[in-house]
Amino acid sequence: MVELWDNYLWPLIWIVIKILVIVVPILLAVAYLTYAERKVIGAMHLRKGPNVVGPFGLLQPLADGAKLFLKETIIPSSANRAVFLVAPMLTFFLALVAWAVIPFGEGLVLADINVGLLYLFAISSLGVYGVLMAGWASNSKYAFLGALRSAAQMVSYEVSMGFVIISVLICVGSLNLTAVVEAQRDMWFVIPLLPMAVVFFISTLAETNRHPFDLPEAEAELVAGYNVEYSAMTFALFFLGEYANMILMCAMTTILFLGGWLPPLDIAPFNLIPGPVWFALKISALLFIFIWVRASFPRYRYDQLMRLGWKVFLPLSLAAVVIVSGVLVAFDMVPNAAAAG
Amino acid sequence: MIEALVFYMFAIVCVVSGVLVVTRRNPVHSVLFLILAFFNAGGLFVLAGAEFLAMLLVVVYVGAVAVLFMFVVMMLDVTVTELKQGFSNYLPIGLLVVAIFAGEILAASIAWQAAPEAAANLQAATPDPAEVHNTAALGALIYTKYAYLFQAAGLILLVAMIGAIVLTHRKRRDSKKQVIADQLARDAKEAVVLKKVETGRGI
Repeated sequence: MVELWDNYLWPLIWIVIKILVIVVPILLAVAYLTYAERKVIGAMHLRKGPNVVGPFGLLQPLADGAKLFLKETIIPSSANRAVFLVAPMLTFFLALVAWAVIPFGEGLVLADINVGLLYLFAISSLGVYGVLMAGWASNSKYAFLGALRSAAQMVSYEVSMGFVIISVLICVGSLNLTAVVEAQRDMWFVIPLLPMAVVFFISTLAETNRHPFDLPEAEAELVAGYNVEYSAMTFALFFLGEYANMILMCAMTTILFLGGWLPPLDIAPFNLIPGPVWFALKISALLFIFIWVRASFPRYRYDQLMRLGWKVFLPLSLAAVVIVSGVLVAFDMVPNAAAAG
Repeated sequence: MIEALVFYMFAIVCVVSGVLVVTRRNPVHSVLFLILAFFNAGGLFVLAGAEFLAMLLVVVYVGAVAVLFMFVVMMLDVTVTELKQGFSNYLPIGLLVVAIFAGEILAASIAWQAAPEAAANLQAATPDPAEVHNTAALGALIYTKYAYLFQAAGLILLVAMIGAIVLTHRKRRDSKKQVIADQLARDAKEAVVLKKVETGRGI
């Protein structure tokens, strides 16, 4: 009995506790990201934003959550029931499962695996299935068109994202995310790789279907895109997944280019603040830019979106891979050259 | 012990979803089960210690190839009755093919022996997994010893891609393209004309 507890139950319970410690703050962050978005856009439009529920409207996200929870879930009669219900769950699940490899501070990571960068890339490339399944299972033309647009868009921008990740990877010499952050101790990668950082950030906008690339949800043409037929909790799961994905993509940008949990300068007032706080601050700054972009830019037309992805970003990021590796080899700065044999 | 349990989970889900790919009537469901099978095969790779291959399997097959599959299958308008037609006509020949393949696999697996000189023919020694990480080991092998073969594989894929484009591309004369350079070259002085219009006259 003791053996069973020590070998099976306790490790299982311990890992569940660790997962909860990561997931609960993320869900809270998602809830308050929606609040922040409404407040920031409100300020930019010279409106007040939510200000009725609770002080400064702080309880608004909870009220919205309760509303979605209590509403009736409607499944369209011609929908493909199983796929229709699995799609939002998949989206939500994928948005959370990627956090397993994100290092929040030195050693503060659930699974410090060797191929963390590839794992993140793999999980984010799966995100398209939730959208495709939702669009197909709804059996509605708006949902289907939205899903097709979204899938084409996500696949296109993943290519340039992959090449940007490769150029960072060449500078680090490891696929481990902790190693990626540690490699930026002297200089954040945003300085030597600034063009790549910009390409990556814009690609994350497209990858998360955010403005100005939110064509899958273009409300003027497609009602609401792939999630038209969803209501109540099934819709809420899409919504939560989408916002969790935004935070995840900002975390990824932070780790790749902004030095993760490292302080900007390794001197007294800065390095006294714990790493996770820096990490959260950097993510928040990027999220603010996400919202800022939404409030300022008009939507791209679909052919312009594809042109940007395939004819501008892809050649640019491919060239960057060649230039970065060329520079590193020419100046004999290739990291981990010995390990590669 | 936990590892064994996880192995059985991945293996069972993989095999069951593989069977479901073939037996499902709805082609979209088949593709979804195919994706599940890929994903679980990735899990098996991780358990075998080949995490780089596992991630590659998910990125390439699940993230790219299966998406295109899904695209095509969703667009198809296949009804179940249409698929059922001619089932009994094709049954004998299908069974014949299955029997031949099964026999060949059986014969090969019984009689198969590794050539004794095979180990000596390896171009590079297998590195010790404790010393070299499998990503680095794979990279060192592909880009040094097998660089030409690797390039040749890339060229073959390129030819296939160009072939597909050549076969399906048709030039449309009526489509309007945006020429970004032309747009950027425009000047406010040439594009906008200011006219003083007298009230009630029009231009």
